[in-house]
Amino acid sequence: MDVKLKLLRFNPETDTEAHFEEYTVEAEPMDRLLDVLHKVKWYQDGTLAMRRSCAHAICGSDAMVINGENALACKVLVKDLAQPITVEPIRGLPVIKDFVVDMEPFFAGYKAVKPWLITDPHEHEPARERIQSPEERAVFDDTTKCILCAACTTSCPIFWSDEGYVGPAAIVNAHRFIFDSRDSGARERLEILSQADGAFKCRTAFNCTAACPRGIKVTKAIQEVKRAALFGTV
Amino acid sequence: MAIYHRYDAVIVGAGGAGLRAALEAGQRCKTAVVSKLYPTRSHTGAAQGGMCAALANVEEDSWEWHAFDTVKGGDFLPDQDAVDVMCKEAIEAVLDLERMGLPFNRTPEGRIDQRRFGGHTRNHGEAPVKRACYAADRTGHMILQTLYQQCNKQGVEFYDEFFVLDLLMIDGACAGIVAIEIASGELHVFHAKSTLFATGGFGKMFKITSNAHTLTGDGPGVVYRKGLPLEDMEFFQFHPTGLYGLGILLSEAARGEGGILRNADGERFMERYAPTIKDLAPRDMVSRAEHQEIKEGRGAGPKKDYILLDLTHLDPEVIEAKLPDITEFARTYLNVEPFTEGVPIVPTAHYAMGGIPTNVSAEVLRNAQNDVIPGFYAAGECACVSVHGANRLGTNSLLDIVVFGKRGGIHMAEYANSTKHLEISEDAHKPTEEWIASLMEGESDVRIADVRSSLQEEMMDNASVVRTDESLNSVLASIEQLNKTYSQAKVRDKGKVFNTELIEHIELGFLLDMAEALVVSAKARTESRGGHYRDDYQSRDDTQWMKHSFITKTPDGGTELTYKPVTLGRYEPVERKY
Repeated sequence: MDVKLKLLRFNPETDTEAHFEEYTVEAEPMDRLLDVLHKVKWYQDGTLAMRRSCAHAICGSDAMVINGENALACKVLVKDLAQPITVEPIRGLPVIKDFVVDMEPFFAGYKAVKPWLITDPHEHEPARERIQSPEERAVFDDTTKCILCAACTTSCPIFWSDEGYVGPAAIVNAHRFIFDSRDSGARERLEILSQADGAFKCRTAFNCTAACPRGIKVTKAIQEVKRAALFGTV
Repeated sequence: MAIYHRYDAVIVGAGGAGLRAALEAGQRCKTAVVSKLYPTRSHTGAAQGGMCAALANVEEDSWEWHAFDTVKGGDFLPDQDAVDVMCKEAIEAVLDLERMGLPFNRTPEGRIDQRRFGGHTRNHGEAPVKRACYAADRTGHMILQTLYQQCNKQGVEFYDEFFVLDLLMIDGACAGIVAIEIASGELHVFHAKSTLFATGGFGKMFKITSNAHTLTGDGPGVVYRKGLPLEDMEFFQFHPTGLYGLGILLSEAARGEGGILRNADGERFMERYAPTIKDLAPRDMVSRAEHQEIKEGRGAGPKKDYILLDLTHLDPEVIEAKLPDITEFARTYLNVEPFTEGVPIVPTAHYAMGGIPTNVSAEVLRNAQNDVIPGFYAAGECACVSVHGANRLGTNSLLDIVVFGKRGGIHMAEYANSTKHLEISEDAHKPTEEWIASLMEGESDVRIADVRSSLQEEMMDNASVVRTDESLNSVLASIEQLNKTYSQAKVRDKGKVFNTELIEHIELGFLLDMAEALVVSAKARTESRGGHYRDDYQSRDDTQWMKHSFITKTPDGGTELTYKPVTLGRYEPVERKY
């Protein structure tokens, strides 16, 4: 079948502003949108720039705005998309070229919440593994799924208008440690997230939850972090 | 023009091996990690099922049993001293990751849970053993995330989206690398006392593969072009459960949790091929069995060209809890509901057992006599220690990257701290600059996408699960032709910023080189062993072939093969039955 595409193109070396260009490619209903974009790149216009790697929604490279919604190009199939399929770069981050955006502000927000295990300096390093019950492990299971694709953060209207906001993905990664029974850094992270650019910026638009390709209940995680900050319920 | 940087240690690649090395080197000397992708995009993240270590948390186990399984699984080609190192250090490697915060699944007592995996047995093959430590079916994802978290905690310096193009060699020693910054198109020289390659595999030479688009053998490609050897290139693993038509991996853990492979008649055909451990036989055997079933007309589907992975008898709650990702893959990409119907699968190109030859300290070897290249290290899939021999066991790749990544990181730092920088010239980047210019200048009608898809089809048809002299000759002739066509191609995108057409162009060149090395090595090996199966030489030949191949590109563009004997140990080669 013929598939019609409208791609928002921007080449910093030749364009002053982004503009839509239209393409038609031959594809199958079960093809991933990424396959279709590859057909454009490989057979029509080699200048088309995008990030991609694993092509099955685990590396998190190819988040894009697809028919108006954030998704991974390798996780949406042609059969599920109305035509012409419009593709734009994710929003709220500077565009480098076509669908490639500058990820540095996103990773800066991520790193700001100290997303690594913080252990009690007085605790002796255990000889074997730390003990953690399946129930304790289950509390933060959902937020361990994050692949840092930025689909959530760049779907957030607060993030669009306020570049200082750490954004949903950062809070998800803070949640992953705050609720880990082995971690003792909850207080410092909650302090960071209680500041002006932290979790309380969230207005529960739920865009992030809808956008997450991993099915993480992002808004719920943010609410749990807010409650932990307010009531100390870790 | 190029930007020059000076570090003690430079690590190329930021998957599990590169990041694990960075944690060690970064503590000891000034270290940079140079990676084609953002670290968390690395393909370690796609590994699903687990990482084996004889923790004996769930049932009796010992690292020696693990070593035996690894040697037997590798069809007696692994070097047994290296296997001992890996299986012994596996236990501490898993505990290390747990202490870094990796969220393993837990036993009711709160210890790291373990499950069954292909080829891993108790007491030298008696029965499957629960040895794989896991985090649902995203173990690799959790390893990658955990190591990246620790690198950030430690303040490791990253150069993300830098693509390695050349290795700087001074009088037989390594002095660093040349890389291109993808965002700007600028060349950068990383002048280093020690350099470690951890660039991953090259499965993209095959049409059906579990590998990412970016797995194009860049590291081994750079090495091969320097006239340095690659080891055991003929051994490429085909994983038995790739999603039909796509190759996306469905973890062996699906069978570890009780999944069964069935042919069109609904028969559990693995009972005929491996009566003791059936569906949990090593991957090479299962992939060959699938190939045989399809060839003999018992494949499922309208074209009788796939096998069914049956999970329908398993408790949906167990599947959802332990295998959530792979069931979603089946739903998303094939529209199949694994709770109620079999999932169509085929063998998928998965893992290169061969690669840049190293010793157990991750030092790169310059020849089959075990002489090392000062200052040059490799770890992970791009390397060949050899711990996997002719066929890697499931989970041992994650183990390999953390064990030898750590060893490489320590050794490269110790070496860096004991030596000075080698002198390099101010135009060390010149050959690379001229090469890039030659690709960018001029026009051509050649489409590299056509060259790439021809290569992938030829390799799949002629050099995959089953090979013959005839099929290998045919693909070798094709590669020669494709190389000619490729050499005429030009990059059409003349821009500097994020020129991914240029990147893909160079990647294809590496793939062509890897394909040549694989096919020439495979043609020479007139026996069947592990992942290398010759229909015209169906048996293993221990008299002739208990040796590793070393392939080198000669200055005239030809290839040369030399060999190194396998290091034996406790286990004498015996027939491989399961």
